[in-house]
Order: sequence, then C-alpha cells, then structure tokens
Amino acid sequence: MTLVTEPEQAVPTAAGRPRVVRLSAVREYGIVVAFLAVFVFLSIRSEVFLTSGNLLNVLEQSAAVGIIACAGTLLLISGGFDLSVGATFALSGAVAAKMAEPLGAPLALLVGIAAGLAVGLLNGVLATVGRINPLVATLSSSIVVAGVALIVTEGFLISVDTPGFDRLGQGELFGISYATYLWGAFAVLCGAALNLTTYGRRVFAAGGNPEAARLSGIRVDLVRASTYALSGLAAGVAGVLVASRVSTGQADAGTGMEMQVIAAIVVGGTSIWGGQGAVWRTVLGVLLLALIDNGFNLLQVDPIYQQILQGAIILAAVALDAWSRQRR
Amino acid sequence: MREPAGGADHVVARSVHKRFAGVAALRAVDVVVRRATIHALVGENGAGKSTLGRLIAGVHAADGGVLEVDGRPVRYSSPREALVDGITILAQELTLVEQRSVIENVFLGVEERTGAVLRRREMRARYRQLSEEAGFTVDADAEVATLRLADKQKVEILRALARRARLIVMDEPTAALTTEEAQQLLAIMRDLRSRGTTIIFVSHFLEDVLAVADDITVLRDGALVRSGPATGETVDSLVTAMLGRPTDTAFPRKQPAAADAPVRLSVQGLRRAGSFSDISFEVRSGEILGIAGLVGAGRTEVARGIFGADRLDAGRIVVDGVARRIRRPRDAVRAGIAMLPESRKDQGLLMDTTVLGNVTLAHLGEVSNRSIIDRRRERRRALDVLTEVGVDTAKARVAVTTLSGGNQQKTLFAKWLLKRPAVLIADEPTRGVDVGSKRVIYDLLLSLAADGMSVVVISSELEEVLGLAHRVLVMREGRIVSEHVGSSLNQEAVLHAAFASTEGAAAS
Repeated sequence: MTLVTEPEQAVPTAAGRPRVVRLSAVREYGIVVAFLAVFVFLSIRSEVFLTSGNLLNVLEQSAAVGIIACAGTLLLISGGFDLSVGATFALSGAVAAKMAEPLGAPLALLVGIAAGLAVGLLNGVLATVGRINPLVATLSSSIVVAGVALIVTEGFLISVDTPGFDRLGQGELFGISYATYLWGAFAVLCGAALNLTTYGRRVFAAGGNPEAARLSGIRVDLVRASTYALSGLAAGVAGVLVASRVSTGQADAGTGMEMQVIAAIVVGGTSIWGGQGAVWRTVLGVLLLALIDNGFNLLQVDPIYQQILQGAIILAAVALDAWSRQRR
Repeated sequence: MREPAGGADHVVARSVHKRFAGVAALRAVDVVVRRATIHALVGENGAGKSTLGRLIAGVHAADGGVLEVDGRPVRYSSPREALVDGITILAQELTLVEQRSVIENVFLGVEERTGAVLRRREMRARYRQLSEEAGFTVDADAEVATLRLADKQKVEILRALARRARLIVMDEPTAALTTEEAQQLLAIMRDLRSRGTTIIFVSHFLEDVLAVADDITVLRDGALVRSGPATGETVDSLVTAMLGRPTDTAFPRKQPAAADAPVRLSVQGLRRAGSFSDISFEVRSGEILGIAGLVGAGRTEVARGIFGADRLDAGRIVVDGVARRIRRPRDAVRAGIAMLPESRKDQGLLMDTTVLGNVTLAHLGEVSNRSIIDRRRERRRALDVLTEVGVDTAKARVAVTTLSGGNQQKTLFAKWLLKRPAVLIADEPTRGVDVGSKRVIYDLLLSLAADGMSVVVISSELEEVLGLAHRVLVMREGRIVSEHVGSSLNQEAVLHAAFASTEGAAAS
C-alpha cells in the first residue's frame, strides 16, 4: 500500500525529534492497543463476554453505526463532514415502514434506501457546487430531513405487519444475522474502494490538498459529492435495516447517531481534517465503543460513567491527531 | 516605549545573513538607514529586498550578522518585538480586520480604555490628532472592507502611527495603486519623513524610488551591490546595478529548435478580466519559450488560464493542431498539457503522501485496469520516471515532506512526465531548489524539448529564462509587451521591457 495510512510513513524521518515519533506512533497504533486492552479486560472480568452469543450480539448491535461509519470514513478523508446521517437514518426507516403496505416489503425497503441516497446527493451538491460549509449544510439538511420524517410518520410510530418486512433485520444465515453480514460487506467494499481503486486515491487527494488535487486533473467537487452520496446511501441502508428489525418506523429513531458515527471514525484515528485515515480503523473504532457499551452492561456499572468514559476517549483521539499534526 | 538614542543612524545592518530552506536569501549585507529619511531597497525579483525589509521589521530573524537599532544590537523574533522599538511593516498583504470600522482597526490592541471599557470620546480625539500628524484622514466609521486599497493603506499607516512607529517598512506599497493614488502615497511618505519618521521603501518601481528616496540600496542575488545617496542615480544606472553577473556557465548548451518544427501549442487572444488580455503565442516542437516579467505582471495567471486552473473569459487554445475547450485542469491534462505550479507545496504535491502516490496521481488511468490500481505496474512506472528525473528510488515510499526542496521539485517533474505531455508549462521550476538540483532540472527541460516537447518556462530569475529559453516573451500589466529572440535576447533588453523604460520597449 502506498497511502499515508501505512505505519512506515506516518513516522517521518524525524531524527532528533523523538517526541514526534512517539506521538505519531500512539496515534497510529492507539486504536489497536485500546481495542485489545478492552477486549482482554472484558474477557477476564466477565464470564459471559467471550461467548459467541455475546460477541455476535455486539456485532449485530453495532451494525447500523458501523455501516454509516464506514461510508463516513471516505467522506471525512475526502474533506467532507455529515451531521445529517441520524435524521437520514430515521427518514429512511420511516419511508420504508410507510411504504410497506402499498408497495410490499422488498420495494419499500429499496425506496427507503433511495430516500437516504437522495439526501446524500443533496448534501453533496450543497457542500460542493453550493459552496456551503459542510457543517452548516448538513446541519440544516438534518433539520429539514427530520421535519420530512415527521410528516411521513405524522408524528406516530408506524408499526408494520406486512409479511417479509422483518426478514432483512431479523434474518440469519449460519447463525449470523443478515445485519452483521451487511456491515461486513460495507466495511470490505469501502476499504477496497479506498485502498485498491483510483477512486480511493482521488478521495485521499481531495481531502489532503484540494488545490493540488484539482491541478492534477481530479474533479474534487465530484469526488466529494460522491462521498456525501455514499454517506446518505449508508444511512439509508442502516435505517431500513433497523426499521426492519423492529418492524417500525419512527421519526426520531436516529437521534444522536451522527455523533456516534463521527466518534467511532475519529477514535479509530481517521483525521477530521481530511486526507488521512482508513476503514479498518473505523471498524475498530466502532467495535471499541460497542465493547465499552457491552462491558458496562455485563459488569453492571452505572451507565452515567459510560458517557464520561466515551467522551474522554474521543477527546484523547482528537487531541492526539491535533498534536501529532502540529509538530510536523 | 523607548526613547530614541541620539545619532543619525536609525538602523544599521552588519553582514546579515538569511537562508530559506537551505537557499541563501541574503548574504553578508551591510546597510545603514539614516533617521528621518526614505531609504529604498531595490533589486530584481528574489534579490532579497523584501527579505531585508522583513528582517528589520522582525518578520524574519537573521541567521547571522548584527542588526542595530538606535545604536543597540537587537534580535527580533517577532514583529511585536520590533514594534517595541517603534518599527512596523506595511506588508504587501494588508492585515486589517475587514469587517470592522477604520477607527477600530487603527486602535486595535492599543485602545484607550478604563479597565475593559473603551473610552470612545478619547479615541475620537486621538484619531483626529493622528490624522493631523499624518497629514491625511480617512472616515473613522467606514467599514474597512468598503475602502479602496489606497485608503486601506492609509489606515495601515494611521495604525502604525497610533503605535508610535518611528520607522515604517513599506513593501511594494504602490504596486496595486493607480498612478494618481501612488503619487498621493509618495506625498504622504515625504510628509511623514519631514515629521521625523524613517521609511524603508521596498519597490520595483524605479521611478517612484527616484522620486522620493534619499538613499538607495541595490541588491542582487541576496548580496549588496551598492548602498548610498539617491542623487546621481537614474533608472538606467539602477537597472545596470540590478543586472545579474555575466551569463552563468551553469546553463547547459541549448539545441536550437528547427524553424519548421510543428507548432504544438498555439494560444490566441487569451483574456481573463483583471489578470491579462490579448495573449497570443505559439510554441514549436523542441522549443523552450520563456515568459519573463515582474511579479504580478500576469505570467502565472496566463499559465493557469491555459491549464484551466482559472476560467478564461476569451481565447482559443490549440494543441497539436486540435482546438481544445479547456474548462478545468482535467481537460488540459487530457489535451496533453502539463503544468508545474508555482508553489509545489500548496498546489503541486500532497506533502504527507508518498513520493510514489504523488507521481501517479495525475495519471491514475496509466497504472490501473478498470479503476483497480495495478500495484506492480504503478511501482514500475513510477520508479522508471523517478530514475529519469534523478530521484533516488529508495525514496519512493517516504512522504514527500521529508525530501529536500530539490527532490520535491524533481518529484513534481516525475508526476507530469509519467505520461509524456505535448506541452509542459513550468512555473518557477527551480524555486527553493539547491544549485545541484537546478542543473539537473535545466538538463531535464532541455532534453525534454530536444525530444520534441514544447516547453514554456516562467521564472522570476531572469538568468534562468535567458539561459534556457530559445525565445522570451516579456509581460507587463497583463500584456505581452515584447518578444526577444537572437540578438535581442539579453538581460538588458528584457529587464528594460519588464521595467517599462523606453529603450527596452523598442526591442520588440
């Protein structure tokens, strides 16, 4: 691999500046160490933790955030930001639930996903051609989308009893849920797109130095818009997945989800400033936060502390990123 | 605020040195700036005049030598420290808070206040007093963003006076002004001088310099040519002093392009409002065309326009006989045009990405099958071209930022040579590059031309343009003012054309 995520390059030849090397190393491997530490800790402290039932449950529970975060990784690397995925997630679920009766389950789910893609495309256009700051653009669209979701559900919880609607969310193959497969597939596809294709190179370039990318003949706006679309699509997939699992559509289903997604990506070590990152990092980031969640459950610790711990971890990740950049 | 020590010498520089990224910007320069005089610093682009001005104002710190202010040796590490001694700089890029009023800007950081509460009435009074001191005024309540550039400069001067500046470094203050505004500014400068302010005037407008300066220091390649009273100097004597050393032997021998070689690039009537107009020229296969001119004459803008980096308002671009519509760099790359931008760090390279990743970025199609990158082919192609431009292939997997300036620039060349373009435009191809790498780059440019490419070289180093190009166009104020070939291809003619003194204009 030739991209910046390789450990060998992230440590610049900075002889005589050992502090830089140390910080970069922490930033590089921090997520791996943290993940393993929590994993080992829970394995020792809890009897239940290391059972296939529990681990599969952790995977399934984290699927929705995981799917969105994998797409979000490409978005962040390309220099974008998306605060609307929570609202989009809810809208897609609500649309799928609403359409289940008239359209039948399969088509309803597809329409739900399409709604997510549409929001993503809109965000992409606003943030690139529209030259609106991504934070503001996606914050505004998230408010609008949440409003549309309320109109769709008319403020109620939509219960679906259309046969087959819950197959996607409830189904299993070889004892593993479809949701888990879907998450795995998303991670592999996003990772492959980023590392093996010309598209991935353009994504890195667009975030790393947009002007240099443009002067290399890359259509930066197009690349960025595509990552917004991907983010919306992923939110759509996650939305219908959860709606199918619980057989309901609800306008406020995704509240706070955008923060979980960004937290997972950042904790993994992908930079919020763009140009650097990897999908495998995000996978570990999502799993780390999921393990902490699981650990608090298993060890029956007051969940109040969980918030504090998660906030501290996110802060540490971002601080490491900022410091390791500043010293270069 | 320290009171000035007596003595006529305000600032004395003794043997000051300054290097940027290993390249000498100033070497052993001695200058004496007398109190309450206008002291001009002149020289070609890159001669070190701005650097010297910034050094005195604390923007840069000298690497060696002694700087004395009011008879005391000083070592400024920031403009703030220079300000304590009453020294400030009016930079080329103004540093005003655009959305706030004139008076707020003037007193920013030195407000009259009681605790945290501003004393507006006192500030008004002081503003009037300052205006009187300066001999001009600007509407105190106007929002700075709405002012013309000339008025913004006045605000900067008032701000300097509000900080009790006794020495103001002005870096190309007249460059962006109309003739009338420039005259006004020169009058203000004279007036400030008569009130005891010392002014260091960095400018390439020799007429302006001669109109106001008491003393003139001429720099060339970072070294002092002479420093003394302005009396007796003329535009010609200054230009002669600024001229480089005799044409350097460091340039390889150029092979003349065949007169009947096919034209590979032809541009006609290029125009971009506010940047350039009426730009037409042709470059033949095997030919190196140089574009010379002062910074801001529109050279870079023309290159960017041809490459699609900036939108053109009018004009026709023909590559290898085919008219091309170029709306973005991607179109230019497809048409076979490559451009090495002026700033490799900001516009050319992804500094944190590997050399390999940079080299293939502009031609990913060459190293992939159906969008899947063929790692082996990528590596092979990149190593081949890196070898050709003279970058150690062992460096292929390190981040570009760890390379020397010379190797970074060669990497940029490799990036655009991975797939041979028809036309290569190189904007400042050797900026911030060591002497050894310069020679490698010169050899490379000549051999590319010899292989049939059309090359356009833009450089602020006149010697470089003259040493490489078969033909040179001089630009001034967005237009091509002369063409030099054969016997008219010499420093004097080109420099005169660039500076617009009458003898040079006849050279076309």
